[in-house]
Amino acid sequence: MSTEIKIKKRYLAMFLIPGFILVAIFVIGPIIGTFIISFETPNGFGLSNYYDVITETSPTKALVLLNDMPRPPPWGALIHNLVWTAIHLPATTFLGLLLAYLLRRVYGRSIVKSIMFIGMVIPMVVGGLIIRFMFDKYIGIVPNLCGLIGLTGLDKTWTSYPDTALIALIIGSIWLWTGFSLTIHAAAIDSLPKTYIEAAKIDGASDWQIFWKIIVPSVRAATLTVIVMTMLWDLKIFDIVYAATKGGPGGASTVLAFVMWLYFALDLAYGKAAAVAVILTLLTLIPAAIYIRQVMKRG
Amino acid sequence: MVSLYYRVRRIRLSTIIINIVVWFIAILWLLPFIGLFMVSVRPYSEVVLQGWWTILGGHYTLNNYIQVLTNPMYDLLRGYMNSLTIAIPSTFIPLILAAMIAYGFSRFSFTAKNVLFILILLIMAVPQQTMVIPMFFMLKAMGLLNKLIGLILVHSSWGIAWIAFFMRNYFNMMPREIEEAARVDGAGWATIFFRIVLPVSLPALASAAAIQFTWVWSDFFFALMFIYSPEKMVITQKVVTIKGQFYVDWGLLSAGSILTMLVPLLVYAALQKYYLRGMVGWASGKG
Repeated sequence: MSTEIKIKKRYLAMFLIPGFILVAIFVIGPIIGTFIISFETPNGFGLSNYYDVITETSPTKALVLLNDMPRPPPWGALIHNLVWTAIHLPATTFLGLLLAYLLRRVYGRSIVKSIMFIGMVIPMVVGGLIIRFMFDKYIGIVPNLCGLIGLTGLDKTWTSYPDTALIALIIGSIWLWTGFSLTIHAAAIDSLPKTYIEAAKIDGASDWQIFWKIIVPSVRAATLTVIVMTMLWDLKIFDIVYAATKGGPGGASTVLAFVMWLYFALDLAYGKAAAVAVILTLLTLIPAAIYIRQVMKRG
Repeated sequence: MVSLYYRVRRIRLSTIIINIVVWFIAILWLLPFIGLFMVSVRPYSEVVLQGWWTILGGHYTLNNYIQVLTNPMYDLLRGYMNSLTIAIPSTFIPLILAAMIAYGFSRFSFTAKNVLFILILLIMAVPQQTMVIPMFFMLKAMGLLNKLIGLILVHSSWGIAWIAFFMRNYFNMMPREIEEAARVDGAGWATIFFRIVLPVSLPALASAAAIQFTWVWSDFFFALMFIYSPEKMVITQKVVTIKGQFYVDWGLLSAGSILTMLVPLLVYAALQKYYLRGMVGWASGKG
């Protein structure tokens, strides 16, 4: 018996150790390293990196910049991330869910699904370039349409002006990410028993009632997954910003991940860059905790 | 009878409206790609005056594609080769290592299992930004900074967590009878894993591979941090540096964008079923 346990242990080690060595050295080690670097200051260990990045007032690197409100951005990277989430999260979650429900009655629904999903497949850098393209004064369709219907103030390259850059990116990210919510919700709706909806129909429920009273509550788990993953995505946003606006103009569309990169690559201020990375990481722990609880509950 | 008649008519009308609305949204969603394509196959000097939506009467050319691929200023072909060189090993190395971890998690019970599992979930959630700064100095110390092999190492390690999670869910749902029968016949754990379990898991492995490959191909942040010589840069780095000589030439930029997203789109088109399963599994933990 004991030899069998020994053999089992040896095989378990064989399965786990090769992968976990890589993870330990190249993932867990550097994560711990970032925390340590964030406390390293010229005067020994301390919190001054955190103090500096939080109180920074230069618009391109500020995390919070809410003086003289209300006014157009820059509002600081952290606020931009929050505004981004506040618009993008409900918009994509709801639109995806609604489309997933309506799709059941659409001819060529698999084509529609594929079209909506393209945004999930393409590199986000390309997504950012396309956003710049769509909002370009000369060849972009949005400014040209705005000009056509008389919105002369919006007949410009959106990504080049502080009052429109952030919202252009947010709209673009809705375009890129709705396919995710649609796909996850469609899978959940497909797995519902058919009799569910049929029975409600026979009872005389309207489509709208079926959506709110039956579909929405029964795909709750999928919706929670979409919300968590979207929150994580909104916090991590970087490529789109880099490709479309480089955080500009004048920090009007910068985000946490971008500020972290600026500190690292331009200022060579590794302690401050690490401090921003830690702040970003701590924020992701909120959706992460919800996600982990959900997964552990399911087993 | 009458009420039934109206009922059928009402439903059909709403179906028509739903079809119109949903297809309108779908076409709206497709429009940026159509625009991008139109700009890429026409001379930019023409597009900028007429708009890409004037389809008739323009000139069509592949010049933009030839330019971005071969002109040494843009050199997308080099980016293609570098991205492929990185993405292929960065798909298969974590795939096999993570499948082994997942099998250990699924078939053995041990004391640290829950802790290690939560660790994997945490790694899945934290952003790349969390680990790049120390990683930069580690790669530098190892002489792997600005080397393709360094980036392969980073991507492989980073991919293990999510693939292990995904494969573990798959193994948990897999029936164990064949494995038990093989064990009775005297097969060892390694034989069972490599000869029986892995071959039956091909669909799940295909899902994980399709997504990991696309993510590595699409990655920009790791590449931006760890690769800086133009001749080593991957495709996503190359495409954002495309500019015209005097102004932003959207003809070149759109051709470059299309070439960059072509590979992930082909993977998606070829492995659509697996890709979607992988996406749902990654997000919701269903194998």
